[in-house]
Amino acid sequence: MIKIEHLVKNYGAHCAVDDISFEVEPGEIVGFLGPNGAGKSTTMNILTGYLSSTSGKASIAGIDILRDPIGAKKLIGYLPEQPPLYLDMTVEEYLNFNYDLKCCKLDRDAHLAEVCETVKIKDVYKKVIRTLSKGYRQRVGIAQALIGKPKVIIFDEPTVGLDPKQIIEIRNLIRGLGKEHTVILSTHILQEVQAVCDRIVIINKGKIVANEKTENISHVVENNRRFNIKIAGPQKDILAMLKNMQGISYAEVLAERDGDAYTYMVESEYGVDIRKKLFYQLAERGWPMIGMEALGMNLEDIFITVVDKSEEVKLGATRNRIKRRARGTEKSALEREVGATLYEDAQRQRNESALTSNAEDEDDE
Amino acid sequence: MLAIYRKEMRSYFINPIGYIYLGVFLVFSALLCCYTTIISGSYDTSSYFTFLIMTFIILIPILTMRLFAEERKLRTEQLLLTAPVTITGMVMGKYLAALTMYVGGILISCINFLPLYIIAKQENADNATSLTHIGPITGEIVGSVIAVILLGAALIAVGTLISALTENQLSAAVITIGVIAVMVLLNVFNLLTDSDGQPIIGSYIVRSVIDWISVISRFSNFSNGIFDYAALLYYASIAFVFLFLTVRVYEKRRWG
Repeated sequence: MIKIEHLVKNYGAHCAVDDISFEVEPGEIVGFLGPNGAGKSTTMNILTGYLSSTSGKASIAGIDILRDPIGAKKLIGYLPEQPPLYLDMTVEEYLNFNYDLKCCKLDRDAHLAEVCETVKIKDVYKKVIRTLSKGYRQRVGIAQALIGKPKVIIFDEPTVGLDPKQIIEIRNLIRGLGKEHTVILSTHILQEVQAVCDRIVIINKGKIVANEKTENISHVVENNRRFNIKIAGPQKDILAMLKNMQGISYAEVLAERDGDAYTYMVESEYGVDIRKKLFYQLAERGWPMIGMEALGMNLEDIFITVVDKSEEVKLGATRNRIKRRARGTEKSALEREVGATLYEDAQRQRNESALTSNAEDEDDE
Repeated sequence: MLAIYRKEMRSYFINPIGYIYLGVFLVFSALLCCYTTIISGSYDTSSYFTFLIMTFIILIPILTMRLFAEERKLRTEQLLLTAPVTITGMVMGKYLAALTMYVGGILISCINFLPLYIIAKQENADNATSLTHIGPITGEIVGSVIAVILLGAALIAVGTLISALTENQLSAAVITIGVIAVMVLLNVFNLLTDSDGQPIIGSYIVRSVIDWISVISRFSNFSNGIFDYAALLYYASIAFVFLFLTVRVYEKRRWG
């Protein structure tokens, strides 16, 4: 339904989107996850025809957004980061304006009533948008995107600034939309994509670092186990015990204090469940565990696992390539320069290791 | 395009802007008409139109300042630019709305000529024997109204471009006032003379360039009762060029 191929967007020397490619199937809900400034909004703006790409191709249902912008835009409903509302209009006027703007062919009254029903704004239908709360404004913005029953709906951070109840409502709403529409939504909240999306595309510094089914990403998340544990007892001894315990890779005392109990942050090793063992060990020593809270993985952690892994792989690959070339016969001037330093490093390391192994050998003898 | 046109027209009338524009314009034009014709005892409307053009320096920015600047500030332009409307359609919708307000004002202000005709009718009845024409010349008035409308169309296009370049209504208004003032008043320098009666600007070339830029110097033919097609084409070209530039500004911003 949506196809993005080698999309690049430069702002002067700054590269906001760097060679992104992905596809979205009809009826899929795809979450676009990334920190601020990762290029989420830029990609969405290109997809909706608000910006033009420097190079690459974006198409909706086979229609190229640059070749036939009007045709492609007819298929899209878009809610930008800041809902584009005319504050001096009533909701009714605003939706009617959008109906006209999108040259909608559906029955006007029935369609607008249906949209209002979907996003639950019937009770403010006659009100001026200026007087509405943030939550209602957001919903009017969503209503705007739904007008004309577009095949593709694009939401840019739809739940920012809403209270928890509203967030849940909007998420349910989006999940409901996935039945009839293809939905892309961007967010920097991991729980949101986990709750709503079928697939997650993680983007960082203008590049896609992961494009996975939600279950797969969640699996990555499950693997990292961190807990906040509240234990009463002598702080130093407990910390020493935690650090020495098998299966725990990291432990530290947090600043929180509750009577004689401290909170410890503990990270277990990959794939080890330490909870039961920890409980029995503490009980044995008479240090009661007062509370245990599993820390979900936040976006930063995901990045540390997903992004770092990919960057490491890439870095390693370049380093190896340069090394290989440095040894090879054909060397360009630049490569020779870069390669030479690396080569020297490698040489020195080899010499050192040779020395040590020699020393060891001598010891052996 | 029609949806945007309707939206703009509506916004002139749910905000005070439309009423302020029409009110101020009609008061100005009525006063000017009084002073230049009835009070000075003349049927000649040429100075009325010349002074009317002066009022555009203040009035046209009122019409154009919010067209694009406001949309940019409130980020609503994103809605228009992602809707199935071409940029040309969007610009034209907004431009035509401003133009409609302007033409509407001009047409309403034509009632100012009514007293002239009434007085002329009276005077003609009193001097039934006289063979000379007494009263305003209808042809001249119609010609001048058409010219004023086209001149305004050109100035509105200038204001439209400036609004598209700014993000703030007020700065759009101030810059537009400046630019229109230059376009309208520039040929004053050509009329200035020193004590010997020689023009202050000695160079003929500079004078003719100023004359060429100044929109009002082309208007003088209409004041003399000549229907000047070249001038109309000049105004239409200015309007076209500035609207074209406005479209380009938006195209450019997409690629930015």
